[in-house]
Amino acid sequence: MVKLTINNREIYTQEGTTILEAARANGINIPTLCYLKDINEIGACRMCLVEIEGESRLAASCNTPVTDGMVVHTHSKRVMNVRRINLRYIMSQHDARCPSCPRNNNCTLQEISTKMNLRYTPYGEFDKHAICHADFPIVKNYNKCVKCMRCINVCDKVQSMNIWDVIGTGGNTSVGVVGKTFDQSDCTLCGQCVTHCPVGALYERDDTIAVIDALQDPDKITIVQVAPAVRAAWGETFGLTREFATAERLVSALKAMGFDYVFDTDFSADLTIMEEGSELVERLTHREDSRLPMFTSCCPGWVRFIKSQYPNMVDNLSTAKSPQQMFGAVAKSYYAELLGVDPHRICCVSIMPCTAKKHECAIPNLNDACGDPDVDFALTTREVDYLINMFNLDVQSLLEQPFDQPLGIGTGAGVIFGATGGVMEAALRSAHYLVTGKNADPDAFRQVRGMDGWKEAQFYIAGINLRVAIASGLGNARKLMEAIRLGQVEYDFVEIMACPGGCSGGGGQPIHDGRELAEPRANRLYDIDRTSKLRFSHENPAVLKLYEDYLDKPLSEKAHHLLHTDHHGWKMPGEE
Amino acid sequence: MALQKLTIVKETPAQKAVNSLYVEFYRRLNASPQGTCPVDLASAFVNLCHSQSCGKCTPCRIGLGKLKQIIDKILAGKGTEFDLTNLERNAAAIADSADCAIGIEAANMVLTGLRGFREDYEAHIRTGQCLAQFMPIPCSSGCPAHVDIPGYIALVKAGRYADAIRVIRKDNPFPSVCSLICEHPCETHCRRKIVDDDSVNIRGLKRFAIDNAGIVPPPKPAESTGKTVAVIGGGPTGLTAAYFLSLMGHSVTIFEKNKQLGGMLRYGIPCYRLPDSYLDYDVDVILSLGVKVEHASIGTDLTLDEIRSKFDAVYLAIGAHAGRRLGIDGDDKRGVMSAVEMLHAVGDGQHLDFTGKKVIIVGGGNVAMDATRTSLRLGAQSVKCVYRRRRQDMTAMPEEVDGAIAEGCELLTLRSPLKVEYDEDDNVTALWVQPQIIGELSHGRPAPRPSDKQPERIECDYIIAAIGQAIDSAYFGESGVPLRREALVAEPGTSVPGMPGLFAGGDAVTRPATVIRAIEAGKIAANNIDAYLGFEHSITVDVDIPPAPYSIKPACGRVEMTEREVADRKGDFFLMENPMTYEEAQQECSRCMRCDQYGFGKFRGERKRQW
Repeated sequence: MVKLTINNREIYTQEGTTILEAARANGINIPTLCYLKDINEIGACRMCLVEIEGESRLAASCNTPVTDGMVVHTHSKRVMNVRRINLRYIMSQHDARCPSCPRNNNCTLQEISTKMNLRYTPYGEFDKHAICHADFPIVKNYNKCVKCMRCINVCDKVQSMNIWDVIGTGGNTSVGVVGKTFDQSDCTLCGQCVTHCPVGALYERDDTIAVIDALQDPDKITIVQVAPAVRAAWGETFGLTREFATAERLVSALKAMGFDYVFDTDFSADLTIMEEGSELVERLTHREDSRLPMFTSCCPGWVRFIKSQYPNMVDNLSTAKSPQQMFGAVAKSYYAELLGVDPHRICCVSIMPCTAKKHECAIPNLNDACGDPDVDFALTTREVDYLINMFNLDVQSLLEQPFDQPLGIGTGAGVIFGATGGVMEAALRSAHYLVTGKNADPDAFRQVRGMDGWKEAQFYIAGINLRVAIASGLGNARKLMEAIRLGQVEYDFVEIMACPGGCSGGGGQPIHDGRELAEPRANRLYDIDRTSKLRFSHENPAVLKLYEDYLDKPLSEKAHHLLHTDHHGWKMPGEE
Repeated sequence: MALQKLTIVKETPAQKAVNSLYVEFYRRLNASPQGTCPVDLASAFVNLCHSQSCGKCTPCRIGLGKLKQIIDKILAGKGTEFDLTNLERNAAAIADSADCAIGIEAANMVLTGLRGFREDYEAHIRTGQCLAQFMPIPCSSGCPAHVDIPGYIALVKAGRYADAIRVIRKDNPFPSVCSLICEHPCETHCRRKIVDDDSVNIRGLKRFAIDNAGIVPPPKPAESTGKTVAVIGGGPTGLTAAYFLSLMGHSVTIFEKNKQLGGMLRYGIPCYRLPDSYLDYDVDVILSLGVKVEHASIGTDLTLDEIRSKFDAVYLAIGAHAGRRLGIDGDDKRGVMSAVEMLHAVGDGQHLDFTGKKVIIVGGGNVAMDATRTSLRLGAQSVKCVYRRRRQDMTAMPEEVDGAIAEGCELLTLRSPLKVEYDEDDNVTALWVQPQIIGELSHGRPAPRPSDKQPERIECDYIIAAIGQAIDSAYFGESGVPLRREALVAEPGTSVPGMPGLFAGGDAVTRPATVIRAIEAGKIAANNIDAYLGFEHSITVDVDIPPAPYSIKPACGRVEMTEREVADRKGDFFLMENPMTYEEAQQECSRCMRCDQYGFGKFRGERKRQW
């Protein structure tokens, strides 16, 4: 225990705590901009400077540990003066036309400027730069970048990708990609740099206008699917509780915007389990000619990762498409036939917690239903919230409305796809049924839940010993891949999600600076699962009907054509 | 009108302040951070030069500003290939037309930059990006072995000397040797120089750690791999490779042709600078890992092919042990020898007796100073050091030159050897030299040329040539190792092209360099040999580094090392350098700016606990 004094208050804290954390734990707020706990504690912005009695220099409270007897002043005249001057320096290079910024009203720079009563910025116009790669799923706006370096450290320390780097030195220092352009880099498009940017310097490509065009085109039939993790987060933007902001209220909002059919990605998540689960059983029963472990393929960030970082293990990926893409392929074939319409008239939109899904839906060979892209537009959770605002919907008064049928039927197993371990758990539930002919307790595999970055489990099902692992966050994924490569671990089935905590912590989810919400969102998904009537993918009646009427059975020729893909069918930048 | 009376002009306060800023700025330039954008610097340099212009002449008054404009346009990512041509044309015109050095040399600086870092200019034009990568921790970046210097200084400050040695050994198994004779490139860009008069005395603090650490055993080696590595030559690079390879679990055998291990550390550097006890402190630790030593000469006792067939990998670390001859008439007569020969004999314990003799040393490098001071210790009546250039052009460290002079050596600068005079028994009697005049710059150094003075005769009994060392590589060349003039050719990763499993490093590849360069090569060789053998071992250290103080010590002078008094030291071979006191070491530690914890180090200088 260490005793210190902050602003004349005696505070007790653990040794090794920073001044900032000690102050915050005691309700004393110190402004921060670049600080991101455990990830970016570099003292760059100088907003968190404090005065320590007896020390000549002001200290960055974010990375200065407390010592016994230390006397700290967080808002002395000297501190407040240098903070305001430094904030004006930052503002002098920032495009502060806030109303046109995607992060307006959700911006740390805006917040601290307001709190510091900045009033004016004395340095005139800032140097304008072109917006970089506005067509790429992730956009970098140099006019907004405050060089906090968070994106660099998130990409390095959490995701191990080292895409962003410091470019140049001195007054010309900026953040970029060394030696190539951003769109030619190995970026996985996970979007963690976006969700950890304190300002509007990084954001997703805006596809809302294109979607509105489709909604209002009388020739288009608009079909929208809602991913599992979206239902646990979309209401955050509006201050709604998770319990209030249900999927069914989002259905109402989407209907109000004019979508013709609102469906659930849970449906195709269940379908994924049927295909991927059958593929796993197939590989396990033909071990000698199969690549094991089998990796899940539903996360496009992970697929980009393995293609660029471990190209010789691409064949370990399940050939099953992701739920988003399975949905699109089914919508533009089976469902078009059910409706009796030309599939080329269908505009298939998805609402995803993800930035990489924008890339996935544009992969050229994911066009198996009718030759058009199976999915036309992938919007992030944030973008659907922008749409709700653009249509001026009153979220408080939205009523619950069920998904349309039949592609709106999903099970609890499909819902938990949105949490790390969820795909694994759903697969295990159905694998148990496939092998033994009867259902296990749906919670029998709960040990794969939780926010640990790398989880392992073994299950004995009808004499088969199934060794599984789950990783979320690409830094953890890399550790796991290295362990496989070095022969330190052996698994049969591995689930990997690029974002820490899985899709619930996805790069397309609402942004709350300094808070990680993957866990509470995942908990919401598990609650939904727990109270679902259907908790097994293989019991989804709509999925069963699809097989009966159209696909025959999992891994059938038609299922292969529509629901599986060749991961070598497209190239990463620089891939031979 | 009455004549103006003369008055004494006093320096104005403004002038005084400007001059003191110049001194400060000079120091800052000296400590320039490495890895900053050269194009940005070119703009800043030309701007500074422009502000020094009197404004009389067009090229300097206006032209320098135009150069800056063009450079700034390129910096802003708006430049074209034409701008580069234009910059060159303008700079050349200014250099050609300015009236005085202020403008001419400013433009020349731009031209030098255009030649030196054209690639950077082009990258800015082509990609709008800079190639520069800022070096976060100047000392660790500057150290070829990348030792965690702020880390071990913090440990010395905390009194944890053994931990300091462990931290050093992660990258350099010669903490004791380096504590005395490292040329400390780590100190060159020390950020302390921006604050006060000089860098932290890093080498001195390492010595303090060594003197107080006691015996520090090495870490436990990795599990045996069953692989065998031969190291040919037991000098610093060979021993470094042997140390790290042993820690990685490989079985290492050193082939050494001399009686003892250490190479130039034992046979080149005199004991008064590096006593055997300091060398053995490191060598013993290395051998304690189970390194086998065979006294054999490759090419005589064993062939390279035999070694290569017996071992899974081979590291050629033969050093540069052959002396260069003067190349003048009479250089083969009795009494003429190379410094290498002389120091080798002394290092081997055969004390030559120079009592009452007159000795001439030819050369101006550190080896020349070693030969000079050794000759004085061997009892020479007089020692004269003959050098072609001026004293300030000597490549020896200034403190070595000062020490030699203090001990009684006479410097005879601007004299070039002409011929050796000898008697009928072929004994040397004198050295004839041609006086020189210092001349124009050549490759950045003023070159001497014969002056019109008459040749001089300098009487002597011995002439010791310290004009460089050669590499005895002929045998290896015949065995298929590629040579570039006598130096072995190796890739940056130390592998020898076209000869799988064969690696080479140290002086034999780089030509005579410093001990820390040799250590660097040994470390890199170990890393690549390990990979060649199919492993990915890491060398790690698990020592907590004390946190940085909140405020850095204000400007404070550097504690310099001192030497034993001349009268005391010049007659013996005992260590000449005095250690720091505890008080001095503590103060010197507190001068460390902790660049690992402040500035860019906090962001990109993450402590590497393994490699």
